[in-house]
Amino acid sequence: MIYGVSLSLVLAVMWWVLSGYDKITLLAFGVISVVIAIVLVLRMRILDRETVPFLRLHTLIPYYIWLGGEMAKASMAVVKAALKPEIDITPRLVRVPVKADTDLARCVFANSITLTPGTVTVEIEEDAYLVHALDTSFTAPEGFAEMNLYAARATDGDTS
Amino acid sequence: MDILLLIRDIASIALLAVGVLFVLAGAIGVIRLPDFYTRIHAAGVTDTLGAELIVFALMLQAGFTLLAAKLLLVGFILFLTSPTATHAVANAAHRAGLNPLLSRHQPPHPRDTETGEKS
Repeated sequence: MIYGVSLSLVLAVMWWVLSGYDKITLLAFGVISVVIAIVLVLRMRILDRETVPFLRLHTLIPYYIWLGGEMAKASMAVVKAALKPEIDITPRLVRVPVKADTDLARCVFANSITLTPGTVTVEIEEDAYLVHALDTSFTAPEGFAEMNLYAARATDGDTS
Repeated sequence: MDILLLIRDIASIALLAVGVLFVLAGAIGVIRLPDFYTRIHAAGVTDTLGAELIVFALMLQAGFTLLAAKLLLVGFILFLTSPTATHAVANAAHRAGLNPLLSRHQPPHPRDTETGEKS
């Protein structure tokens, strides 16, 4: 129920932002399209916390702001490594263990690794990711463990 | 009021300049790095930080309008889709059997190779 209400609200706001209409007839069309979308989603039975992650925004937004800081730091390191007159890198393929209770937390963690420049998730395994790193300085296990902890906490709350 | 507009313009121009610098650095990195997997990292700088900074700069230019909300959506969608696309490309290469270069990569300075060719 709460998922349905929040999804309708988000869809309605999205429709209004993207169209910018303020005439009542056109807004009615927007309401109709939101209702049709909700009916379709209900018929498909996919209305759960994975399709509607908006209820965790109060923890996800601070997490992504933290991740933005990490991205800026890693970007500087990658740019430095790529623009040095003498390139000196040792690429590595490392296996990063994943501790997450739900698929959503695993997805957020894998996305965060790829979003951080210098590391890319190459393959997803049962309880680990295969991560390619530009240089050995990007493969610190503590960094991955910290990101895993924050990602799991932001998506699942303090369950562990 | 004018001074506020000036500050906003300066901030947005600074963000644009930094964003363009990151895009340029990413492009140079794609040319200079040795193999497919390392080049992905350089391209990643372009489509994460470079693109986001440019979108934020444009949001500052748009002010508090619907246009800024649309740009926010563009930035949000880029933030979610660009790592997914990067992962899809890297995963495809891995499954196709492309082995990454894992040894230390340290090419000689162009200066040294040039003198080598001349002598």
